[in-house]
Amino acid sequence: MNPFPGAELVMNLAFGLAVLATAAGALIAVLSRRLIRGVCGLALSCFGLAGLFYYLHSPFLALMEILVYVGAVCVTIVFAVMLAEPDEPPRTDAERGPAGAAWTGAALVLSLAVGYGITRLGVSHPWIRVAEPTHEGTLPEIGIALLTTYSMAFETISLVLVVAILGAVVIARHGRTQP
Amino acid sequence: MEPLYQQLSIYLGVAAFLLAAGIFGLIRRRTLVGMLIAGELIFAAAALNFLALNRFVAPDRVTGQVAVLFILGLAAAEVCIGLSIVIAVYRNYRSIQTKTLSDLSG
Repeated sequence: MNPFPGAELVMNLAFGLAVLATAAGALIAVLSRRLIRGVCGLALSCFGLAGLFYYLHSPFLALMEILVYVGAVCVTIVFAVMLAEPDEPPRTDAERGPAGAAWTGAALVLSLAVGYGITRLGVSHPWIRVAEPTHEGTLPEIGIALLTTYSMAFETISLVLVVAILGAVVIARHGRTQP
Repeated sequence: MEPLYQQLSIYLGVAAFLLAAGIFGLIRRRTLVGMLIAGELIFAAAALNFLALNRFVAPDRVTGQVAVLFILGLAAAEVCIGLSIVIAVYRNYRSIQTKTLSDLSG
């Protein structure tokens, strides 16, 4: 007997909300003309994605997703939008014509084909579920794995981040005194 | 029947949708920042795929989570470099439209 009768319904509703937020956020991020709305769409999508991560038994990664994507990436993009142009430029007559429509149609066809193909592949493949995993993937196990099995990759990623930050400073600082 | 959140195919479908949206945005956006946002969606799709298969199929459930952590790090580095390039381009061209960056085209 389930001690909380509506639990299953609540779980399903929250899951549906997470999927909806992910999909709607992705659509807003791609389709909106104002870049700042696109960034907000990306943030919404990342919140939904964090919910999906939580349902996949990874609460740590759900928190990291919010912390890194919403807290760092989106805020950085907002800064770039403020420093550069806020909007997509209005379409010129040439872009409104048949050539522009053909370009949009080609993008739509390509992305739909890729999405359909990958969905079909994932759904039709007979995945073999693992009933009893060797590791459950708890946070202490992740920490131990990062410092033992994956220590080389861990050090490399930190090196990549340092080089990226230094490179960003060098690139963005160049020519700062020129008008 | 299993509840919705225990079905692998739904997660894979959402990931494929994110990938499709990212590719669409990457082709259709006409500014560099817009293309960067679309690229982030593709990274998110990869992370979701890793984690879904890690949860249902992998015998060792640490592997996928570590992989997603590395994807997060790489995405952060990519945004960092990409945005500094955007700033540098805007300073030189006064525009971040992809159309104006055609000095090398013949």
